[in-house]
Amino acid sequence: MRVGGHKVLAAPIEDVWSIVTDPERVLDYMSGVTRWEVSGDVRTGLGARYRILFRIGAAEVGGMVEVVEFSEPGDLAWTSVTGLDHRGRWRLREAPGGRTRVEFRLAYVVAGSGLSGWLAERVAAPTVSEHVRQTLKQLERLVEHDQLRARAAARR
Amino acid sequence: MAQADTTRSARRNGHDPAAAVPRPGGPESGSSSLLDRAWRELSGLVQRRIPRADLDERDPDYIREQLPLFWLFSSLWFRGEVRGLGNIPDEGPVLLVGNHSGGNMIPDTMVFTVAFSTYFGVERAFYQLAHNLVLSLPGLSWLRKFGTVAASTESAHKALASGAALLVYPGGDYEVHRPSWESNRVDFGGRKGFIRLALEQEVPIVPVVAIGGQETALFLTRGERLARLLALDRVLRLKVLPVSLALPWIVNIGDFGHIPLPAKITIETLPAIDLRGEFGPDPDVDEVYDHVMRLMQDALDALAAERRFPVLG
Repeated sequence: MRVGGHKVLAAPIEDVWSIVTDPERVLDYMSGVTRWEVSGDVRTGLGARYRILFRIGAAEVGGMVEVVEFSEPGDLAWTSVTGLDHRGRWRLREAPGGRTRVEFRLAYVVAGSGLSGWLAERVAAPTVSEHVRQTLKQLERLVEHDQLRARAAARR
Repeated sequence: MAQADTTRSARRNGHDPAAAVPRPGGPESGSSSLLDRAWRELSGLVQRRIPRADLDERDPDYIREQLPLFWLFSSLWFRGEVRGLGNIPDEGPVLLVGNHSGGNMIPDTMVFTVAFSTYFGVERAFYQLAHNLVLSLPGLSWLRKFGTVAASTESAHKALASGAALLVYPGGDYEVHRPSWESNRVDFGGRKGFIRLALEQEVPIVPVVAIGGQETALFLTRGERLARLLALDRVLRLKVLPVSLALPWIVNIGDFGHIPLPAKITIETLPAIDLRGEFGPDPDVDEVYDHVMRLMQDALDALAAERRFPVLG
């Protein structure tokens, strides 16, 4: 199952990139995430590992993920090492007027065999979609708020 | 021969069948009859069916494959909500002590097991102690793959010594069948073995408090007197013969399965208790018991205060 969404944010691509690649800021904008902790020595970049959890229905699902793509400043993708089989991607592209088009995708497979796995994927989809939508909304608020603060600081 | 088999099988599980089966010449010999022999046979049958407590039967791949089904039940039917799993130490052995509700369908165990397995991953060894009778029932062998082992001191020590998380319900059959109007009461019936277990294994206790299970049917009575009358405690280690109103039976005697009502199950995991850290090098078991009971009862009261309607939550 693949869910995703996009939004155009009023901020330069470098600023958005610095937020989505900072593991300490994930909890500020990513909806449904209850844990995003660095695991190991690499904090960010290719090979960085995080222990993550998302709240979906009655459980917090997730596990260990590893960053498998890191093309500055545009593409960040991770894939699960343990726990729920999934893949996530941030795709940033410059948009006219110094803005940035941000795309967020999550693809997941429920391990259960047969009908229950198939059904669980579909039952979870609306919740995951809502998390993606909220994440983009919260990222927009965070990025644009950072821009406002930066402009205010420059005026002082 | 049957008696010898029984003894061997039960001793493997840490039980003493000699204590469970009436001895010839004992106080029951006067009433020795066909009925007595039938009970003895039944007791032997049950003891023989209790599987050996083999921790290796837990199968992480099987759990991973079955999680979606249980997640569906947990999320859609019971609208499960498990809080505070971060209070469980990330690694190492830990004794999870829960209040038990919902009759033999154990909805709280299912909701908690799903939440634990997704939170820590199926790779983390997690065992649950269950009544012997549960594991001896036909068609429930899959429970062993989930890490359910027959409740005995030996099984519990083995699980903790292996470094696993172990879930126990000290109240057991006594608490799980309490009347529905006692839903908001933690009642271990004075059973304190879990404290001695934690002290001997030097593991922290994490209280797990659940609400909602007792609303999945209308539990009327534990039927303790009836169980004594039928000698179920001696034969099946059952101190209760519960009576409830439940689907599809309407009047459900014994609770050998029912369709649980879709009551909302909320579970709160409390901070870990380091017994020697909090109570000194030689903790008083009664004092620890009172402390654990008070913590759990306070948490259950808080969960009950959040609930507006039975079943709906």
